[in-house]
Amino acid sequence: MRRLLLGLVGLLGFGVLLDLAPRLGLVSERYLPPAGRILAALVEQADRTAFWNAVRDTLITWGLGLGIACAAGIVVGVVIGAVPVLREMTASTIEFLRPIPSVALIPLVTILYGPTTITSTLVLVVYASFWQVLIQVLHGVADVDPVARDTARAYRLDTWARVRYLVWPTALPYVATGIRLATSVALILAVTGEMILGSPGLGNSIGVAQASNAVPQMYALVLVVGLLGVTANLLTRAGERWALAWHPSVRNEVPA
Amino acid sequence: MTPGASRWRDLLILRRFAAWLTLPTVLVAVWWYASAGSTDFYQPPLSRILAAFPDTWFGPRFTGEVLPSLARLGLGYTAALVLGIGAGTAIGRIRVLGEVTEPLLEFLRGIPPPVLVPVLMLFVGIGDLMKVLVIVSGCVWPILLNTVQGVRSVDDVLADTCRSYRIGGAARLYHLTLRSASPQIVTGARQALSIGIILMVISEMFAASSGLGFTVMQFQRSFAIPQMWSGVLLLGLLGVALALLFRVAERFVLGWYHGLRAVSRER
Repeated sequence: MRRLLLGLVGLLGFGVLLDLAPRLGLVSERYLPPAGRILAALVEQADRTAFWNAVRDTLITWGLGLGIACAAGIVVGVVIGAVPVLREMTASTIEFLRPIPSVALIPLVTILYGPTTITSTLVLVVYASFWQVLIQVLHGVADVDPVARDTARAYRLDTWARVRYLVWPTALPYVATGIRLATSVALILAVTGEMILGSPGLGNSIGVAQASNAVPQMYALVLVVGLLGVTANLLTRAGERWALAWHPSVRNEVPA
Repeated sequence: MTPGASRWRDLLILRRFAAWLTLPTVLVAVWWYASAGSTDFYQPPLSRILAAFPDTWFGPRFTGEVLPSLARLGLGYTAALVLGIGAGTAIGRIRVLGEVTEPLLEFLRGIPPPVLVPVLMLFVGIGDLMKVLVIVSGCVWPILLNTVQGVRSVDDVLADTCRSYRIGGAARLYHLTLRSASPQIVTGARQALSIGIILMVISEMFAASSGLGFTVMQFQRSFAIPQMWSGVLLLGLLGVALALLFRVAERFVLGWYHGLRAVSRER
């Protein structure tokens, strides 16, 4: 209760600060409109179909990219992680490909798939979030308890059963972390792709608002993107708790 | 060590080296030969891309575009480290501060940093300051939040020991708080580095007139395709080099921690 109240005080304080700073002339209203005007712009945006279309496009790019990246990351990670030879052979390549900044691909996808298509942005999103998931899954698969592994072997569990009852539960906390990281990275890349490539979505709307000097609208859109990010964070964390309810790290957590 | 054992070890090292090298070599070879006869304007042969590389990047562009970009990244990243660790320590140590700022920080972190590019452009134009600020605004969150977590999870026994020995102030901050938070801080710093590289490029792609990201985009717009590919390669190499540099730094800062982990695992 105390935490909730203090947190609200913090948020409200920030809002009041944003409202007062331009009103008192600390910053120019042209750069930072009072919070009230931003909220008004937000309400006005909410009335337009264009806005909801942009939200939908962003959600589709984000969700689709994240889904593909997660599925590919988990499957590839489990396969590579379970076969020692494969892991040894691919380690250097993964180490090399992973730190390549995904934005380096922006000019490439532009010429290969065209600038304003959703595919271009999707490729960026998938590339960026795939590595987050893959690395975590590889760590997770490598973390299997030796005793549990020997037990599984002694009981002659077949490959499928070993993946299902040994590897998967061990890797799950890592997978959850990977998905959480991938979710925020995917949003960053989705919005970036929309802003720079101009594929439809909130990022594109922000770029348009900025170019046409519609400052309150731009802030309102930034606010919406921020809220999307927070919601995604809360959702993935809740999902993590739900999927890992049996795991000691969640079970032992003392409420602060 | 017997001669046989040492030969065995040499063989093992050789084997690991071979495993390390095989797949990258195969991939590059496949790219080289598959693209060798390519007449596709957009996908030139690898040989032409490599031929364009030195001319494109080792001339005046190196000091004119590449170095300034890296300097902005270094500046922004360092500022984010100082800010993130400083504010994170304060928020982690002072409970009320943590409770007041927590939802706000969650929200600010949720905003994808690229959307701040247009916002910051309003305030400071499109100069170097904007680019550095964009990098700071993206890098600071992972560092800050991980520092808060790390500072909060200081071992109780160590904290009590400090108290009974009356270790306080700067000594406590350095030897206890920052030291035990450092593994978490390094994790945050690693995440921040890859975000920083992304933002370095983005801040130069959106309404800019110089820098590495701008140059690569310019090549694409003017259909200088081999040069553009070489730019993509350069960005990739930079990412890899910075990741390696980070690993060296991590080994230096966290040497004690990895040693501790290795010992406790052996037991």
